[in-house]
Amino acid sequence: MAETPIIIQEHQFQRIKSVLARLCVECAARAVFLVDRDGQPIAFHGEIGDMDTTSFSSLAAGNVAATTSMAQLIGEEVFPAVVHEGERESIYISVIGRSLLVVVFDERSTLGLVKIRTKRASHDVAMIIDEVARESEDYRLSQNSFFAEITDDDIDSLFT
Amino acid sequence: MTFINYASREINCKIVYYGPGLCGKTTNLQHIYDSTAPQAKGKLISLATETDRTLFFDFMPLELGTVRGFKTRFHLYTVPGQVYYDASRKLILKGVDGVVFVADSQEERMDANIESLHNLEENLQTQGYDLANIPYVLQLNKRDLPNVIPFEELSSELLKKGEPVFEAVAKDGTGVFDTLKAVAKQVLTELRKG
Repeated sequence: MAETPIIIQEHQFQRIKSVLARLCVECAARAVFLVDRDGQPIAFHGEIGDMDTTSFSSLAAGNVAATTSMAQLIGEEVFPAVVHEGERESIYISVIGRSLLVVVFDERSTLGLVKIRTKRASHDVAMIIDEVARESEDYRLSQNSFFAEITDDDIDSLFT
Repeated sequence: MTFINYASREINCKIVYYGPGLCGKTTNLQHIYDSTAPQAKGKLISLATETDRTLFFDFMPLELGTVRGFKTRFHLYTVPGQVYYDASRKLILKGVDGVVFVADSQEERMDANIESLHNLEENLQTQGYDLANIPYVLQLNKRDLPNVIPFEELSSELLKKGEPVFEAVAKDGTGVFDTLKAVAKQVLTELRKG
């Protein structure tokens, strides 16, 4: 395996969901997403409707990857936040270690409010994600029987 | 990096299609997209130039089914092939779980294949990976064209570690799913090894 898999346990996922739900209310956002920097969606809350959350996550990660590289070309290590302001809808992305906290908001909120509220939520998310990263290796080893139980037939059945 | 969510019972993996410009990476994804049932796929996102050359990446999520109660979802990416988009290629390799190298079988593209393969090894190393230790499949594409290098010769030139090799004609789908299946199996087998 290239890297240790990230394993999110049920209780960690629920804590992430509750942080996102609180943030969504506090900054009157349309929706809030937590995305891995490699583009994997982790969790979301709010008015999602028929939005393609998988594509949205991948593009948010690509966006931050590109702006981070641009930052490094001009001597910055990272742009800790990326903002896209539209006529009606806007996006605020906060970089938290290897995760991205993405807030989608409209005229019901303001960029200032989103920035302030996201700062506190970022701290809470960072603590949970650190715990997830720390425990992933231990959890994988202790639960290794689950992965070891995957048979060739299980894998082949995906392609039939 | 494989992402396992016990709450939503999902396994998410990232596969990257690599290769020289115009070798058929996007065509591979397009065929997978066109041949897959709507409920098993998301949108095919193409960040392309006005002339339909990949500018940053193509992306599509593909759900293959469940393993032991976990939904397996593969996130398929392509990189831009042209030499001058190297910064983008490095970014897309971040967190990769498996790589497909799509080679252009035409004689005049041999140098481009070798250069791109070398570039893949370099960029994987930059991201902390080693081609020798990562799920990897070689696809020899455009086998329908008249000026292709014979299979044995092309394989021996491009093989890195005894990886599975598939002949393909991505534009009509030949070899596309065999390639995907081979790399997906390797990724899941790695997961099993722990």
